[in-house]
Amino acid sequence: MPMINSLEKATNPTAPLHEHQFVALEQQKAAATAGMWVFLTSEIMFFGAIFSAFLIYGYLYPEVFAHFSQKLHLLLGSLNTGILLTSSWTMVMAVHGAQQQNRRLLLRSLVFTFLLGAVFLGIKGYEWSAEIRSGDFPGSGQVNPRQGEIFLRLYFIMTGFHGLHVLIGLLLITGLWIDTARKTNIPSSQLHFTENLGLYWHFVDIVWIFLFPMLYLMDKPRLPW
Amino acid sequence: MNETALPNYLQEGTSLGSWLLTRDHKRIALLYMFAITFFFVIGGIAATFFRLELVTPKGDLVEAATYNRLFSLHGIVMVWLFLIPSIPAVFGNFLVPLMIGAKDLAFPRLNLLSWYLFMAGGTIIIGSAVLGSVDTGWTFYTPYSSLYSNSHVVAAVTGVFIVGFSSILTGLNFIVTIHKMRAPGMRWGRLPLFIWSQYATSIINVLATPVLAMTLALIALENLTDLGIFNPWKGGDPLLFQHLFWFYSHPAVYIMILPAMGVVSEVITCFARKRVFGYNFIAGSSLAIAFIGFMVWGHHMFVSGQSPYAGLVFSFLSMLVAVPSAIKVFNWTTTLYQGSILLSAPMLYVIGFIGLFTIGGLTGIFVATLAIDVHVHDTYFVVAHFHYIMVGGAVMAYFGALHFWWPKMFGRMYPESWARLAAIMIFVGFNLTFFPQFVLGYQGMPRRYHSYAPEFQVWNVLSSAGASILAVGYLLPFIYMAWSWKYAPRSGPNPWPATGLEWQVPSPPSKDNFSGIPHIEDEVYAYDQLFGKSDEPHSAPS
Ligand code: HEM
Ligand SMILES: [Cu+2]
Repeated sequence: MPMINSLEKATNPTAPLHEHQFVALEQQKAAATAGMWVFLTSEIMFFGAIFSAFLIYGYLYPEVFAHFSQKLHLLLGSLNTGILLTSSWTMVMAVHGAQQQNRRLLLRSLVFTFLLGAVFLGIKGYEWSAEIRSGDFPGSGQVNPRQGEIFLRLYFIMTGFHGLHVLIGLLLITGLWIDTARKTNIPSSQLHFTENLGLYWHFVDIVWIFLFPMLYLMDKPRLPW
Repeated sequence: MNETALPNYLQEGTSLGSWLLTRDHKRIALLYMFAITFFFVIGGIAATFFRLELVTPKGDLVEAATYNRLFSLHGIVMVWLFLIPSIPAVFGNFLVPLMIGAKDLAFPRLNLLSWYLFMAGGTIIIGSAVLGSVDTGWTFYTPYSSLYSNSHVVAAVTGVFIVGFSSILTGLNFIVTIHKMRAPGMRWGRLPLFIWSQYATSIINVLATPVLAMTLALIALENLTDLGIFNPWKGGDPLLFQHLFWFYSHPAVYIMILPAMGVVSEVITCFARKRVFGYNFIAGSSLAIAFIGFMVWGHHMFVSGQSPYAGLVFSFLSMLVAVPSAIKVFNWTTTLYQGSILLSAPMLYVIGFIGLFTIGGLTGIFVATLAIDVHVHDTYFVVAHFHYIMVGGAVMAYFGALHFWWPKMFGRMYPESWARLAAIMIFVGFNLTFFPQFVLGYQGMPRRYHSYAPEFQVWNVLSSAGASILAVGYLLPFIYMAWSWKYAPRSGPNPWPATGLEWQVPSPPSKDNFSGIPHIEDEVYAYDQLFGKSDEPHSAPS
């Protein structure tokens, strides 16, 4: 959205500052922010569905889930948690840079965020392949007891959907970086985009903050009461 | 009546590209209208086949397996490709910006994307039907859809999944538009009730549809990779599917009916020539329905083996959700009281709605009662219940809206006497089709079978006869609406006349809807000002 917009403006300097359906730039910004929040609310429900499934099965088979939870690579998981948290900080810096019209800060913070996100995915991928090699993979025929399959499948689906969100975040970061690098200033549409991307990135981070203890740390997962 | 020199939105280019790449909410509304009309026909054709089959007790027209695929196709198409998008995607798209005084929705590109997603999902669903369809019913219950699936479940759920994203994005667009793009003076308390109903619907869309998306993704994975989380052999639980499915699908029935209620509120005040009675209650009950609707899904699982205590709570909550629905019905009837009622076609549809919705809602209380549901669950009683609401309610309102806003959309009147004839045929045909099904269900005829015991034949013949009247009733508007598009007399901006912002711009409206930014100084339903009469002596000039 902002990419097309800024292209328009680059070729046509008299193009209006806001899109035609709005009456003012403030309205456009308010709409963009509200849209992002509504979208994230929807995302919460999306992850909420599978989190409930996980909690329910954890409640039904606490020992099995504890056993398989211990088999996950706690060290790599913790490392990844640290990496994502750090990337949220660099993302904050990116938003700050955009707000201050500081292109250099924006570009640099985006690079760091991208790298951290990519390392996260790399480590996650390594964990996956290690688990698959060791037979802790649903359908390998080696999972014992068989309810462990449920843990593993939910584990792969949950981390998979989360990883997909990280990947989409990386693509958006790349787009924003290219867009910023091509220009000498930061137009307001791009500022809104950066802020919304920030919200998205923090959301993806928060999902992991829930995933990590649920998958790696719950010795005996229980419902929260 | 200044017919401004501005070209109307239909004249802004006639090439195919100007339609397929449009970002104008009014054109996108028409794109949806064509699409769902097509899907409505497909769903109707499937229904024709199985109503024919059911004329005789023996299964002689189609085999049992074919029959299963027919009713599944019918349900999937009617629910996801017709009812859920119908009023929001067509009339919501067309009217939300017009009614709140905006030039367009907040995100026009997203709006177009939603239509493409809808078409992509619809194409996949129809494609799966061509390949041989599914036999699970629209509910995709496991293990029919997983362990024992022998049909194109993956394709069908993928289609529904994509269509789901289209409704999430439309909901998002409406919520943001209603929050951020109201014209100066359009306070929340002045919003038309149609807007309130769209708002409540959008909240459900945004909150419930993602749960359906995840559920369908799990079903697809269960088929593709033998996931096992719904498979008892692997320790999975098939009931989890029902919980997740109904967590979406009960609220989804309100996605279908709330917009219809919005239409009723608009039409009834216009043709009773009176201010709507109990504005705050009608608006508030939409939100209450959206809220309580999230807590009653378990009433679909009374006999699925959920705990009886859960059943008790769900039964109670289900009765609670009937309260705001009843509030609306009372307010509508009170609006009629001492009005000068005009029985034009839109009003006939809306009055039909009120009667049929009331029967549907009251039988909802029957099935929400634990002891009765044990008897009638999975019988034709439930089939009749939800058709009274979905067809008698939502589809009636869709046709009401179509006639009411047709002059606004195309600038032409429809032929009134034909339209009244169609409305009456639909009402009569509908009752003849579905009332016998209450009797059948009560007598114990189960749903989803292609043959039945001979003593049920009388009622089934009646039902099929009614269905043919209904079919003609639906066919008529196709013909006369197509005719009126070119040949009917022009309608002018406000043919009824009605209050409301959309009636103050030319018909059809221009691309940007308003020539300037409208300022709103008054409530929407000032019909007593329009007609110089007031029966509420204490109503202060607002
Ligand atoms: C007035 C409040 C309502 C109540 C108390 C109510 C109650 C119920 C109950 C208890 C059932 C389950 C019956 C069974 O399967 O044994 C049911 C089924 C159903 N209801 Fe309602 N209902 C209400 C309104 C609606 C509305 C507004 C709609 C649609 C627009 C609707 C559509 C359906 C559908 C589609 C089913 C059947 C689903 C299936 O099994 O295929 N209901 N209703
Ligand atoms: Cu329900």
